[in-house]
Amino acid sequence: MGIISRGFGGRRRESVPGLPPGQYLTHDFPVLSAGPTPRIPLDRWSFTIATETGEKKSWNWAEFTALESADVTVDIHCVTKWSKLGTTWRGVSLDTLLADVETAADYTMVHSFGGYTTNVPMEDLLDGKAWIAYKFDGEDLEPEHGGPARMLIPHLYFWKSAKWVNGLSLMNDDEPGFWEAAGYHMYGDPWLEQRYQGD
Amino acid sequence: MARAALPGRLTWRAATLVGERWETPSARTLVLDVPDWPGHLPGQHVDVRLTAPDGYSAQRSYSIASAWADNATDKTVELTVQRLDDGEVSPYLTDTLEIGDQIELRGPVGGWFVWRPAQEKPVLLLAGGSGVVPLMAMIRARGAAKGKQPFRLIYSVRTPEDACYAQELSRRVRDDPGLDVHFVHTRVTPRKRIDVATINSYGWPADFTPDCYVCGPTTFVEAAADILVALGHDPKRIRTERFGGTS
Ligand SMILES: Cc1cc2nc3c(=O)[nH]c(=O)nc-3n(C[C@H](O)[C@H](O)[C@H](O)COP(=O)(O)OP(=O)(O)OC[C@H]3O[C@@H](n4cnc5c(N)ncnc54)[C@H](O)[C@@H]3O)c2cc1C
Repeated sequence: MGIISRGFGGRRRESVPGLPPGQYLTHDFPVLSAGPTPRIPLDRWSFTIATETGEKKSWNWAEFTALESADVTVDIHCVTKWSKLGTTWRGVSLDTLLADVETAADYTMVHSFGGYTTNVPMEDLLDGKAWIAYKFDGEDLEPEHGGPARMLIPHLYFWKSAKWVNGLSLMNDDEPGFWEAAGYHMYGDPWLEQRYQGD
Repeated sequence: MARAALPGRLTWRAATLVGERWETPSARTLVLDVPDWPGHLPGQHVDVRLTAPDGYSAQRSYSIASAWADNATDKTVELTVQRLDDGEVSPYLTDTLEIGDQIELRGPVGGWFVWRPAQEKPVLLLAGGSGVVPLMAMIRARGAAKGKQPFRLIYSVRTPEDACYAQELSRRVRDDPGLDVHFVHTRVTPRKRIDVATINSYGWPADFTPDCYVCGPTTFVEAAADILVALGHDPKRIRTERFGGTS
């Protein structure tokens, strides 16, 4: 245990089961991003998977939203310490997107409009653990929160759930993305408090 | 975007309050002695952890207000905390923490919302409320390095009494060549908000390809960054830090 602060703790936030260490509950939806919010017209939207051998597979907005979708209710945990419980999303499972992709890659890099990237191991995208979400709370996902579509990987810190997502490249070796090169953890498990490099 | 070397492990350190200043009636600067502090770049923040006697603890992020110089004798780290009346952590830091008390912090954190004195472009700083804190660190670092990059700060606050560092800013406008500061008062009639006209008049034209830093409550950052994009600034040159909240 750390240094004790006399007189601290009187105003603690609601304590709830289900919160990872160091997190507090919020009912708002705060925003973490490194730059301005891009606004991407749907007719310019596309999502591309590139394999480690250079094969590519793309969907435009109509093709993407015609794919089988799933409604999911999950808890999300931001590295800036807020958590939000029971959030509801609609999106396409990465299992669906990767179903016909031939690959032996162990790592992936998620790409976004604006050039941001974040790395995620392949196994964290599969078996019902990750979606590309385009609805939040029954509404179209707002640009501020990553719309038209964002990654949703709720078991990792929320920066891994890249906003404004437009592609996934599959890689044999792990590499840091934008946030990781800026000091955030390579994996980002909120239950192990993997916030920053070395945690 | 370019790949960078991965920084090392961040450990929790004991920080002792060795000085304090009230910047406004509700914002207090904490001067902290942090043994073996590795130094930091202007724009970076720390995480602060407070632990109650029963073991309950809470963490928040605070930007570093001071500039760091490896060769300086003053090795303290300064934070400026804005009290949120119904907040859990900030009122403790502004009103309860006393000289000699210790808190835990770790850092520095963040490798993107930083200004390096080697950057040559003009700089445009847009601050909303306590969002001025990391931008002040940039102004101080430029001053310490006798930087020649033209710097402009547009600082949105409710009233003149709510402006942090007001005296230091006017002294620096006088003494640091190439620094300009413009205030926008949101609660003084006629009420103003940061808008296209303000950024057009007191910022840099997009043609100058300035490095832009925008910091403050989320709603401020969204509005100000949108205006910069609308005025033709390259989104890649606009770095933002959102403090949360809606005001
Ligand atoms: C990278 C980063 C750097 C930061 N740097 C600074 C800094 O230099 N100085 C500083 O004073 N703060 C800074 N903050 C904000 C700080 O981390 C806390 O969020 C803030 O002090 C409120 O904490 P609290 O425990 O007092 O309030 P909480 O108990 O967390 O919240 C109290 C109420 O205030 C609302 N709220 C939370 N944050 C804000 C906000 N920023 N503005 C308005 N309302 C809010 C909440 O929704 C809630 O209703 C920074 C935040 C980040 C992410």
